[in-house]
Amino acid sequence: MTKILINNNLVVKLIGEIDHSNSNKYRHEIDDEIKRRPVRNLIFDFKDLDFMDSSGIGMILGRYKTIKGLDGVVMIASPKKQVEKIINVSGLHKIIPVYESVDKAINSMREVAYNG
Amino acid sequence: MDNYLKLSVKSDCINEHLSRQVIATFMTSLDPTLEEICDVKTAVSEAVTNAIVHGYENLTGTVNLTAEINGKELYIEVEDYGRGIADVERAREPLYTSQPEKERSGMGFTVMEAFMDYVDVISRPGLGTKVIMKKLIGVAHEM
Repeated sequence: MTKILINNNLVVKLIGEIDHSNSNKYRHEIDDEIKRRPVRNLIFDFKDLDFMDSSGIGMILGRYKTIKGLDGVVMIASPKKQVEKIINVSGLHKIIPVYESVDKAINSMREVAYNG
Repeated sequence: MDNYLKLSVKSDCINEHLSRQVIATFMTSLDPTLEEICDVKTAVSEAVTNAIVHGYENLTGTVNLTAEINGKELYIEVEDYGRGIADVERAREPLYTSQPEKERSGMGFTVMEAFMDYVDVISRPGLGTKVIMKKLIGVAHEM
């Protein structure tokens, strides 16, 4: 997992697989980062994520609640086909927007800010 | 029966990855698409995780994965001998979880149903749970 802070947007890149065996570890690492740094929005970069099951959905939903409490937005960027399928099946896409790339996710936020 | 597989693993979360890899390899003789492999891996991951998290509640037990190939049909059973489910219908409802404090999504059975053609859950409280799943492989891309 890599974490980069761009302005107040935390970009978390998850690599490989997310399941019940590692979702808790990611949950704690992301929460620590949110506490330590001036994070408002969270972007999950799934470009190199090959597999996710519903344990990952639970982990994302938990961070969604935290970020919502900070008045921020959670976004998902570049999911592969299998990952996108579970995002859709679980209904996660109804509350968390999915973008083709991290740049597009960040740009969408700028547009929201400009339009007020 | 064209082929069968029986795998018994300890209820340790490291065996979720192993179960997914084993079923993906087992089904290759059906000439599946990448999407079909991902669907089956996801469904098996959900069932094995349920057995470990809910069946045994992180205690030690055995999870049995049985798979059969009959023609184009892949048949899968995931069985545990844990605490069982008192109300299967409720457990299958989307977003239902018995452990909300642990950030479980409650989508396990919903995902299994979406990714497989058939899902049945047989459970007896105190004795364990068996999840039966079926999926026709290689049928969509022949049409």
